[in-house]
Amino acid sequence: MRQFKDNLFRGLLWLSAFLSVAVLVMIVGFIFYKGIGLISFDFIFGDYSPAGGGGIWPMIVTTIYTVLISLIIATPIGILAAVYLQEYAKQGRLVRLIRFATESLTGIPSIIYGLFGAVFFVTTLKLGMSILAASLTLTIIVLPVIIRTTEEALKTVPRSYREGSLALGTTKLQTLYKVILPSSMPGILSGIILSVGRIVGESAAIFLTAGTVAAMPDSILSSARTLTVHSYLVTQEAGDIELAAAVGIVLIVIILAINLSATYISKKFNRATNK
Amino acid sequence: MSIPTTNKQAVEIGKANKRKYMLEKLSSRIFLICALLSVITLLLIIGFVFYKGAHPFVAGGYSFIDFIFGTDWVPSEDKFGIFPMIVASIFATIGALIIGVPIGLFTAIFLAEIASKRLAKIISPAIQLLAGIPSVLYGVFGLAIIIPFLQNTFGLVKGQSLLAVILVLAIMMLPTIVTVAETAIRAVPQTYREGSYALGVSQIGTIFKVIVPAAKSGIMTAIVLGLGRAIGETMAVILVAGNSLIVPTSLTDSVRPLTTNIALEMGYAFGTHQEMLFATGIVLFSFILILNFVLAKISAKGGN
Repeated sequence: MRQFKDNLFRGLLWLSAFLSVAVLVMIVGFIFYKGIGLISFDFIFGDYSPAGGGGIWPMIVTTIYTVLISLIIATPIGILAAVYLQEYAKQGRLVRLIRFATESLTGIPSIIYGLFGAVFFVTTLKLGMSILAASLTLTIIVLPVIIRTTEEALKTVPRSYREGSLALGTTKLQTLYKVILPSSMPGILSGIILSVGRIVGESAAIFLTAGTVAAMPDSILSSARTLTVHSYLVTQEAGDIELAAAVGIVLIVIILAINLSATYISKKFNRATNK
Repeated sequence: MSIPTTNKQAVEIGKANKRKYMLEKLSSRIFLICALLSVITLLLIIGFVFYKGAHPFVAGGYSFIDFIFGTDWVPSEDKFGIFPMIVASIFATIGALIIGVPIGLFTAIFLAEIASKRLAKIISPAIQLLAGIPSVLYGVFGLAIIIPFLQNTFGLVKGQSLLAVILVLAIMMLPTIVTVAETAIRAVPQTYREGSYALGVSQIGTIFKVIVPAAKSGIMTAIVLGLGRAIGETMAVILVAGNSLIVPTSLTDSVRPLTTNIALEMGYAFGTHQEMLFATGIVLFSFILILNFVLAKISAKGGN
């Protein structure tokens, strides 16, 4: 009986693993199979044409804009916030409140961020449906990610580094930017890279704040669509699965590159600290 | 060196020090402000969404009960009832959990305990990568593969259905659950396994009676994270839900969950209609808070 039960569960474990891998391989396989026919130099670098057959360069540019603007704002704020929490704050009610807020922000679904962005950045601050409004919304989405990863990176800096530096008569600030930040830089970097992945993959919040205009953006105040929104819209409006899958290939390649560089950096980091 | 120069030097050093102290003070203020920004944005989000969403009930004379339990959503006729969407969201979430959690958990156990090192080294990073794939693509996959499959299997005219939503969400949860649960299971100390084997318990017995209970809190985190991704998902769900405004009575009914309602109508809604979409957001928000709370309670109980 016990033998039977063991075999049954062992079988279920194998079956589940097989199912998971099969489904996930199917998804990636499907995207590549459907989309690879469209991938060409002109498709990636060509301008969009509403008549069809055009490229996706405007969406790539829009995606790059959103990534750059959100990171330019979120990175310094996130790092300094983490520095405050790890290096300056006395543990107490204020720190608990900040931690609670950061954690809560992580749990909010992106459509709620989209609603907030639509009423606050688009309407109240009068930015209109624009790349800037979307980027500011995305800034809030990735801020907790950057704070958390930076905090983790700061934690790995040995206490002796700080003590050694302070003992040489440096100020706290000098110790921070000459000793602590440089030695936690790889950890901070991989956090930033992960946020790039989050921004590139985001759709609902951008849909509500940047709009859907399919053209090369004139400025960061124009409405535009990112790769994910484009992939969604061509599926929803035109049922063009091949085009959606081709955009999907570009997205997957970006995500793959992001993941590989994050892994590479954190591996390098581990080797450096284990010395 | 003459005395005046030394004095001058002393004054210079004093000035430099003063600047240093000022800088120290200023920078710690700036750090504090940065850290407080997350509190401020959280308050702003809650404030704006709740202010907009509560407005029709506080000032517009709409009944909140009718909003929650009303079954008609006809903005042009001033009817705002989101009961069908609440039911759709609850069913879709529970369904996705029922399918996604056991498969994800079993896969994690397989990778951590059964699979050879070489096999696990290939599969784990691949699954991790899949956790990062934009969710829209899961929707595209659902529309192109799952929906025709459902149409053929169940003879449906329209494949967009509650079942399609459940399957897409379950698949979307998988990578998150597998990755987090696997890490939790691997963190269980080797001595637990050895102790259990020494008592004559089989490998499978050890896994389910010793290792899984020991990794409970990590597994719970995995489920919460997977759930978070499923509940909040919008764009992928629009593609496969069908978006009909009926209370679903079977798995093959076309549905419109809360998230989809917001994204579909936000583009052209204004006035009360728009405020009702914010109210939909509040319901979604509370829904997530309640679920997280319940799961935290369950895992706390399990821990005892």
